[in-house]
Amino acid sequence: MNAEMLLLTALTIITAATPLVYAAIGELVVEKSGVLNLGVEGMMLGGAVSSFALLHLTGNAYFGILGGAFAGIFLAGIFAVLTLGLQASQVATGLALTIFGTGLTALLGKSLVGVGHSGLQKLPIPFLSDLPVLGRLLFQQDVLVYGSFLIVPLVAWFLYRTSAGLTLRSVGDSHDAAHALGINVLRWRLLATLFGGACAGVAGAYLSLAYTPMWVENMTAGRGWIALALVVFATWRPGRMMFGAYLFGAISILQLHGQAWGIRVPSQLMSMLPYLATIMVLVVISRDRGKIRKHAPQSIGKSFYPTT
Amino acid sequence: MSQQVSDSGVLLNLQGISKSFPGCLANDNIDLQIREGQIHALLGQNGAGKSTLVKIIYGILQADAGTLHWRGEEVRIDNPGVARARGIAMVFQHFSLFESLSVIENIAIGLRGSGSSGKPTAQLRNRIHDVSSRYGLPLELDRPVYTLSVGEKQRIEIVRCLLQSPKLLVMDEPTSVLTPQEVATLFETLRKLAAEGTAILYISHKLDEIRALCSRATILRNGRKVAVADPATESSESLAAMMIGETATVLSHDNSNSGSTDKGRPRLSVNNLSLSDGDSQGVALQDVSFDVHAGEILGIAGVAGNGQDELMLALSGETRITPAAAITLHHESGLQAIAQSSPQERRTMGLCVVPEERLGHAAVPDMPLYENALLTAFKRMSLSRAGWISKAASHEFARQIIEKYQVVCRDSDATAASLSGGNLQKFVVGREIEQHPDVLVIAQPTWGVDAGAATTIRRALLTLAQAGAAVLVISQDLDELLQISDRVVAICGGRMSATYPAASLDASTIGILMGGGELPSSGLTT
Repeated sequence: MNAEMLLLTALTIITAATPLVYAAIGELVVEKSGVLNLGVEGMMLGGAVSSFALLHLTGNAYFGILGGAFAGIFLAGIFAVLTLGLQASQVATGLALTIFGTGLTALLGKSLVGVGHSGLQKLPIPFLSDLPVLGRLLFQQDVLVYGSFLIVPLVAWFLYRTSAGLTLRSVGDSHDAAHALGINVLRWRLLATLFGGACAGVAGAYLSLAYTPMWVENMTAGRGWIALALVVFATWRPGRMMFGAYLFGAISILQLHGQAWGIRVPSQLMSMLPYLATIMVLVVISRDRGKIRKHAPQSIGKSFYPTT
Repeated sequence: MSQQVSDSGVLLNLQGISKSFPGCLANDNIDLQIREGQIHALLGQNGAGKSTLVKIIYGILQADAGTLHWRGEEVRIDNPGVARARGIAMVFQHFSLFESLSVIENIAIGLRGSGSSGKPTAQLRNRIHDVSSRYGLPLELDRPVYTLSVGEKQRIEIVRCLLQSPKLLVMDEPTSVLTPQEVATLFETLRKLAAEGTAILYISHKLDEIRALCSRATILRNGRKVAVADPATESSESLAAMMIGETATVLSHDNSNSGSTDKGRPRLSVNNLSLSDGDSQGVALQDVSFDVHAGEILGIAGVAGNGQDELMLALSGETRITPAAAITLHHESGLQAIAQSSPQERRTMGLCVVPEERLGHAAVPDMPLYENALLTAFKRMSLSRAGWISKAASHEFARQIIEKYQVVCRDSDATAASLSGGNLQKFVVGREIEQHPDVLVIAQPTWGVDAGAATTIRRALLTLAQAGAAVLVISQDLDELLQISDRVVAICGGRMSATYPAASLDASTIGILMGGGELPSSGLTT
């Protein structure tokens, strides 16, 4: 194994981690507001098929990204109407959203299967991209990778440094207390849910525009579920979530490269690793109740009935 | 509605407010008038409709009928945001803090939209510091709220309201967790606020307080306004009579003689119990020792957050202590070291416990009463056999409690959460007493409970002690402790004071003990 190979591996790890970063940071905000949306996988598929369709129609990948985000927002909107407006069970609705998204995208994407396009352009940043190693790794990427570097610190800053972020966390902690303070609980949850939808849509767009520029049925292959696991893995903290996304990204890449390097580990075992890691982290953090109480949104998954 | 009441000085005028819930008329045509600078008491038993009325004023609930005038102008208060914009602030009894946020974050968010940025800034820190030191309400700003006791949480609420400089301050039993000295400070604050023109709507069950503080009282009974009185010219008995609707029975307990002589053999002993503050967020217990004798009530006084929670968990078995002999039960057959036993094992051995939080700790909110009865009593009352639940026996046991303790509820199928605070408290206390324990440990037996229910509970505790059980009461209500205890001990910073006969103490001497001081005359200790 030489330096070039290591660099290539690192580059593929970034590619594998980027969709996880988007999907998980969106879901993190959603859960911080007290909503559990299990429909990430479905929203990602919606984003993937819409963005590829727009690329196909307009020839412009940036329209594709926008289309992906709006598809995610649309699906999250359905979820919001059902769970926030009509107080349907969040767990059941989220699962239904994933199943619905899988079926709908398979239907809509039928004519797109097998179509090829050049994906998202790389945008080297002047000067910085000439740096040895780091330049190729960090500064010769496409706009979505740059965005993924920025979105996590931005969300962390929003959640912990702004009064709007504090309000959002308070809604997730106790919707009754928030209501008593005159905070419009449903509006905050709606905004968070739509933001989560947009992020999941962009995560899907990255898959169909950059990761493998094409549309394949069910192309997210469980990444939405990994994103959900990541949020818990990170105990709802953005920094740890970023670390987790890269860790899980690395695991999924190792599983591909493992055989080439002559490591004889069954690939099924490697695919299990993200989930195993999540379970282990859950076991470890559950020994520290204080941490959970401090970071986990207390009213997650509970419907809010105003004025009772 | 006419405008004849818009004379100057009237801040809030409610007319004909009615509100019904399925199966109950909570407010029936209630009128209420509060003037600027007035300290107005709202009196009534639990279930009289006080909370509903206050929630309507604060915009959490909407009235079905009636009008609300603010400074002579008819207004609709659709949500708490509108109320706060008008200058109405409220100190809640429950559920208005964010448990996982820190103290300062809770305060910051409570100040949103009232000229503050809603962020925990250094400037806010200074303002809080000013208010809390001026009014004697110390706060540790960076601790997460879930680590605090009920009393400390209430302090946050009060400070949060004071920071909003409200025009109308609604206080729901603010003093239940303060020492007499702190109550005096708070009253000074409230009088000062009133003198500055702030109106205060003060809800309390403590009639003496209302007589000392309030210039007007509206009394509710069964959802109706029964009287408006001037508390200063009324006696506690006459106020209680209006509230309950009959002449209030005064609990008589002669403890003047007790204490100096032991009533019986020790039943429960705590021997040099020490407990480190494991997660550095609680209070460490230091070398705590005391005995509770058969037939007596031992009261533990203290300001919230001085180790009561930790002591309670150690006694109930939720925290296990080494060595096992740190807590012992005395039986005819000899001593039994129980500090390593589980709560259920302790129940089987005769130690029953009523924790402070009735909803969520003592009772499961969404379970019906008969299942809640089953949960702690299934062994002692043989409500299950070979792992099978006897539903009939559980229902029967629950009905027995409901009847004996006059618990107002639909039936034994009603969920715990559907009961009002006082009724649920009667139920959980009854559930333990009816298991005929040798030792009963109970925390805050009448916190937030109306006078009628409090009397029922205290009488039940006295009866239990008279029947020969040892009763340990941890309470912040000094009147209660002085009324029912035989001996009193204070806890401060995880240390116990000496034990004194209740008859030798009054509120101010206990106040000294609760602050960690000592009483000059040592001859009284037992």
